[in-house]
Amino acid sequence: MTKLVRLLLVLAGLLLAPPFATYAQTTAPSSEDQSGEQPPDQDMGTDTGDTGQAAAPAKVVPHDFASGVAALNGDTFDDKIAAVTFLSGLGDPRGVPVLQALAQDRLFARTDGSLIYKEGDAYKDALTGAAVTGVKPDDLSDVTVNNRLRGILQGVLGQLTLLSPDPQQRIKAAQAIADQPTPNSVGDLTKALAQEKDPAVREAMNKTLAVLDLRSPDKARRLAAIESLKESSDPSVRGQLLRLLDGEKDPEVRKEAQKAADAISSRLTYIGIGVDLFEGVSLGSILLLAAIGLSVTFGVMGVINMAHGEMIMLGAYSAFVVQQAFHAFLPAGVMNAYLIVAVPVAFAITALVGIALERTVIRFLYGRPLETLLATWGISLILQQGVRSIFGPDNQAVANPDWMTGGMQLIGGFTLTWNRLVIIFFCFAVLAGLAALLRYSNFGLHMRAVAQNRPMASAMGIRTGVIDALTFGLGSGIAGIAGVALSQIGNVSPNLGQIYIVNCFLVVVFGGVGSLWGTLAGAMSLGVATKFVEPFAGAIVGQILVLVFIILFIQRRPRGLFALKGRMAEG
Amino acid sequence: MPNRSLLARALPSSPVAATTVLAVTLLFAVVVPVMNAVVRDGSAMHLPDYIIPLIGKYLCYAILALALDLVWGYCGVLSLGHGAFFALGGYAIGMYLMRQIGTRGVYRDPILPDFMVFLNWKELPWYWYGFNHFWFAALMVMVVPGILAAVFGFFAFRSRITGVYLSIITQAMTYALLLAFFRNDMGFGGNNGLTDFKDLLGFNLQARSTKLALYYASLVALALALVACRMVVATKLGRVMMAVRDAEPRVRFLGYSVTSVKLFAFVLSAVLAGIAGALYVPQIGIINPSEFSPGNSIEIAIWVAVGGRGTLVGPILGALAVNAAKTYLSAAFPETWLYCLGGLFILVTLLLPRGVMGLFGEIRLRRQNAALREEAKHA
Repeated sequence: MTKLVRLLLVLAGLLLAPPFATYAQTTAPSSEDQSGEQPPDQDMGTDTGDTGQAAAPAKVVPHDFASGVAALNGDTFDDKIAAVTFLSGLGDPRGVPVLQALAQDRLFARTDGSLIYKEGDAYKDALTGAAVTGVKPDDLSDVTVNNRLRGILQGVLGQLTLLSPDPQQRIKAAQAIADQPTPNSVGDLTKALAQEKDPAVREAMNKTLAVLDLRSPDKARRLAAIESLKESSDPSVRGQLLRLLDGEKDPEVRKEAQKAADAISSRLTYIGIGVDLFEGVSLGSILLLAAIGLSVTFGVMGVINMAHGEMIMLGAYSAFVVQQAFHAFLPAGVMNAYLIVAVPVAFAITALVGIALERTVIRFLYGRPLETLLATWGISLILQQGVRSIFGPDNQAVANPDWMTGGMQLIGGFTLTWNRLVIIFFCFAVLAGLAALLRYSNFGLHMRAVAQNRPMASAMGIRTGVIDALTFGLGSGIAGIAGVALSQIGNVSPNLGQIYIVNCFLVVVFGGVGSLWGTLAGAMSLGVATKFVEPFAGAIVGQILVLVFIILFIQRRPRGLFALKGRMAEG
Repeated sequence: MPNRSLLARALPSSPVAATTVLAVTLLFAVVVPVMNAVVRDGSAMHLPDYIIPLIGKYLCYAILALALDLVWGYCGVLSLGHGAFFALGGYAIGMYLMRQIGTRGVYRDPILPDFMVFLNWKELPWYWYGFNHFWFAALMVMVVPGILAAVFGFFAFRSRITGVYLSIITQAMTYALLLAFFRNDMGFGGNNGLTDFKDLLGFNLQARSTKLALYYASLVALALALVACRMVVATKLGRVMMAVRDAEPRVRFLGYSVTSVKLFAFVLSAVLAGIAGALYVPQIGIINPSEFSPGNSIEIAIWVAVGGRGTLVGPILGALAVNAAKTYLSAAFPETWLYCLGGLFILVTLLLPRGVMGLFGEIRLRRQNAALREEAKHA
């Protein structure tokens, strides 16, 4: 079951992927910053690295692995840099953990001068990698590192891991070199590229080579590099191009570099739009799930159900209870299925509560919408306090099942999280199911008939009272399902419903009362609009702007986007 | 009775009603303060000091309920955003009180309130200018809610947004204001709101005499508001308001401007709510964004519904009774208060659609009918 769901999601993800795939290559923005700030320092580093090596004969000359490691604890940073450069030239894989430890301040010198590094809680010998026991932290002195050395270390480590057996590591190494090149980077990369088979790694290496070529004194190579980088969508590549522009004299290269940088900029803009769009659709699908039940009760029955938010809350608590029951009574192996069980359970519970409310309170208030509003508000207070009495006022955590944790990593920092994706698809499935129910089932037919003309439907033998109760139950049940979905993206608390109720009403009114498609359009446009406004205005101002927009919009079209036409609209 | 003046019509007509009004006024104006100040401590009849601002608070709520009743009970417009007008009035007076603190604040800044110093603001935002004068703040207490109501109402009523749609967008309005006032950048103290007030017009807010004065001010304001509302509903305009409530399209077809009638009622009501908020804040000592929360505004509607909408006196009684019950229950049985409030919402709408006053009215009507039938039998 879980495999099937995953497969479906991967397929769906592939469908969604193309717009974002380009974004994928985005490495963290910090790399851009680094490459922007580091250069002078790093150039100096490499220079002194060379001189260090040249001047080395006067001191201990690192000539093999052991002496190279020993020289890491040299007296000056120049000595250490020389040692690091020497070790990188050796290409000995034993050096990798030592250099990593140095870069992360985990390398220590013992009183006898030997070096050890810390891995987890254990200490290991720097030369052999064998575990060392009986180390007293007081006897250790740190092997210090400065920023220049750290920069060089990153580049060196990158080169050493270029030959790592793990392709992910190799890609990372290739990317790291682009940010921290050393004089032998080009040689190392070319060597590694010659024996590389993995296409993804080859691509990363080629890109890094091109970035390095941007600094080549040969004009033709610079032009070729620009040409091959033009298609990138990586902000750090744009940073490299802009850097080139800073120092470049040749007009032809300048022109090409500018063009390529502009192309990347515009592509990044599109990717930004794509990300906003995804987040907007995600928010929209949450709003839609929350509002769709309201669209049934408000739209079809004309009942203002202020307790709708509490139905969502009850659904979320049902998910919580099902989770706890699985935890207590069933083996851990089936734990992941709890959410699948929670959906029908939540639907049943909230639908029953809804039917009970309709029979005992709401049916006496038909035709008096303002009174219904107040009575259902009272119901919502009672439900909230009831849940608070039973479960306590604190937030309850409903865990994501395994198949909903994590996300689909699209190269770079952007992740499509599974829970958001699942909710988007779940929301559309619920909408489709409801639309089909209304359109094709007998119950749906009766429901529409009662909504359109109650006395006539009654005269045709439809038991309108039963239909009312079932309709209200349906709307409440969908709210319960929405609650299960919402439990997956946030905490469950007695106030959960209050957060959504105002927005739900706005979605329904904005979309047009009584129209499922209006609710869909309303929820999606509100979600997307909110996410597009947020980057400029901040989250809260964004929401305020959207509220103000709706208030203004309703002035223009009091019956919403998808207004019902004809006699029904007068009701 | 066309010759009676407007004011005369606003005063109680029957001797019974006049006696009742007089008795209630005496209770609040004389008995309560005397029981607090004159009856000695330890006696069963003594009212502790905290009672005065507490009842003063109820009186402010009563003004607020009256304000909502004017639009809902008489004009058929159920605003779920009246808490916003109340809070705006409260913020206006709160800004004055903040400016009065002067150098007595924690940071001793003569101009800037503490929270602005804390946020590293260098100068007072323009919209805080003038609030060091009481007259300006008092004016803003009425003008700010009035203007918001006028603008909001103009657009809403002009596009003929009625019934629940209007309720929903007024709720959205107060929700948007809630979010806005929570922001520190707004310059209204963010989450914490305005508090630590020292004095009003030079009188120490902690002093017993000041509290008593505020209590009387609330009582007088309530009485004036009640008389003003009775005058309004007694005029021809008031008749048209009720006609709009009962059959809006017909009134429109008769040639009245429904928009202006509703707008008048809405703005007047918002101004009353603002005044209520301004009297409330000095007695409570704090105003924060939670006053904007949609739940608060809906609660006002239940005070009106309990008392009986469309009766003016009813909502006042409703506000006093519900809030007294709230104070008692949330102290004595904190778990049960929300059950009671929720149950009240349901029971009143199901069983008492015209509220307590409506119940009285119905009983009286039945008696009259019975008497008429008796007469008819004998005749």
